[in-house]
Amino acid sequence: MENKIQARNLNLYYGEKHALKDVNLDIKENKITAFIGPSGCGKSTFLKTLNRMNDYVDNVKIDGTVTLDDENIYDSRVDTTLLRKKVGMVFQQPNPFPMSIYDNVAYGPRIHGIKNKKELDRIVEDSLKAAALYDEVSDRLHSSALGLSGGQQQRLCIARALAVEPEVILLDEPTSALDPISTLKIEELLSKLKEKYTIAIVTHNMQQASRIADYTAFFLVGEMVEYGKTEDVFGMPKDKRTEDYITGRFG
Amino acid sequence: MLRSQFDQELNRMHVDLDRMCHLVVCAIENCVTAFKEQDYELAKDIIRGDKQINDVERSIEAECLSLILKQQPVASDLRDVSTALKVVTDLERIGDQSADIAELILEMQEVDSFLMIGHIQEMAKVATKMVKESLDAFHHHDLKHALKVKDMDQEMDRLFEKVRADIVQMIKESKDKGDLTINFLMIGKYFERIGDHVVNICEWIEFNQTGKLNNQRLI
Repeated sequence: MENKIQARNLNLYYGEKHALKDVNLDIKENKITAFIGPSGCGKSTFLKTLNRMNDYVDNVKIDGTVTLDDENIYDSRVDTTLLRKKVGMVFQQPNPFPMSIYDNVAYGPRIHGIKNKKELDRIVEDSLKAAALYDEVSDRLHSSALGLSGGQQQRLCIARALAVEPEVILLDEPTSALDPISTLKIEELLSKLKEKYTIAIVTHNMQQASRIADYTAFFLVGEMVEYGKTEDVFGMPKDKRTEDYITGRFG
Repeated sequence: MLRSQFDQELNRMHVDLDRMCHLVVCAIENCVTAFKEQDYELAKDIIRGDKQINDVERSIEAECLSLILKQQPVASDLRDVSTALKVVTDLERIGDQSADIAELILEMQEVDSFLMIGHIQEMAKVATKMVKESLDAFHHHDLKHALKVKDMDQEMDRLFEKVRADIVQMIKESKDKGDLTINFLMIGKYFERIGDHVVNICEWIEFNQTGKLNNQRLI
């Protein structure tokens, strides 16, 4: 099984704060990898290093390497726009643009130069179908995306991420603002999407990690404490800190 | 405390499990005494006591299912709950077999004690030791001890072979004791089965500590 992404000796500092400490982690192709850990443990920071979202943070310093298909994404020659096309991201709060459903999905492809209407129609339809949203919105593609429910908005954001044909999808607590049914829909969707994409997800919901992730990594105060198959991490954790966290002995 | 409710429920399950272990040990110890001393009142007590064992088993099962439902245990908690769910089945069977032996003892009220087969008494002794020690290992999460107890089953199997040979001899020597010989054979077989249940318990102790059952990874 191939490693799509490899982080090696990754250190990240926010000013004086050492937020990621020597993280070594592989993200396997066409699998779902979940990052768990208490607030402030570095899991979201780590997720953001995978498509250089931390570049926008002032005073950030990053050491070590992150490779995508064996190429270091922190190499100075890397075009971050292209990188983020390959490595898409979905956030905690659904954040559709204040425009139509169609335009939300077509936004990325248009930026990347696609103008042909037929092609855009096809991309919008395919992306909405892949995000399991098409049937619910096919009759109102030109209505405002802001009229959708929270769960639908989040699936729209996934469709928007899929529209630029990424290889990796990063999700930062994508269901924490959603009700249980919408959450299950997203989980089902992710389990399907992994056939075509590599997925990394930050979640506070440990049941969610155990339900959908193939691999799980546990972070604590900037350190990646344990990484392994999800069954092993939740069934027979090797590190006592992992055991204590997942069994609720500390929070 | 973060998980005080969870710990309370888990603790209740462990207390009931200890109680069930105690009842089962009493049943088998009484069984051995009733057999050796032909104490028929004690045999009746064992049969009556079996219901109590079954009742505790049901309570523990309900507690385990409630823990799974409400707490979704993981890691050592999950292994504790699943071990309890599996072990109670074997404990309950040991209780049943003690009651079965007690019933056979009652059927044999006319038998002279000199006819009692020595090897069955040895089986009874080993069975009691196995039950007691396995439950001790279970209580203390002592994998090494559990594996040692598991090995004792070989002695049990050897003794059962001897009991069989004794019974074949009895059949040859006297033609009019058909019922008796069958009862002896059944008692021997029940003790032998108790040994097998102890082996299962020891294997679940192994799972509890390692996540593996007979070297096969379960979680």
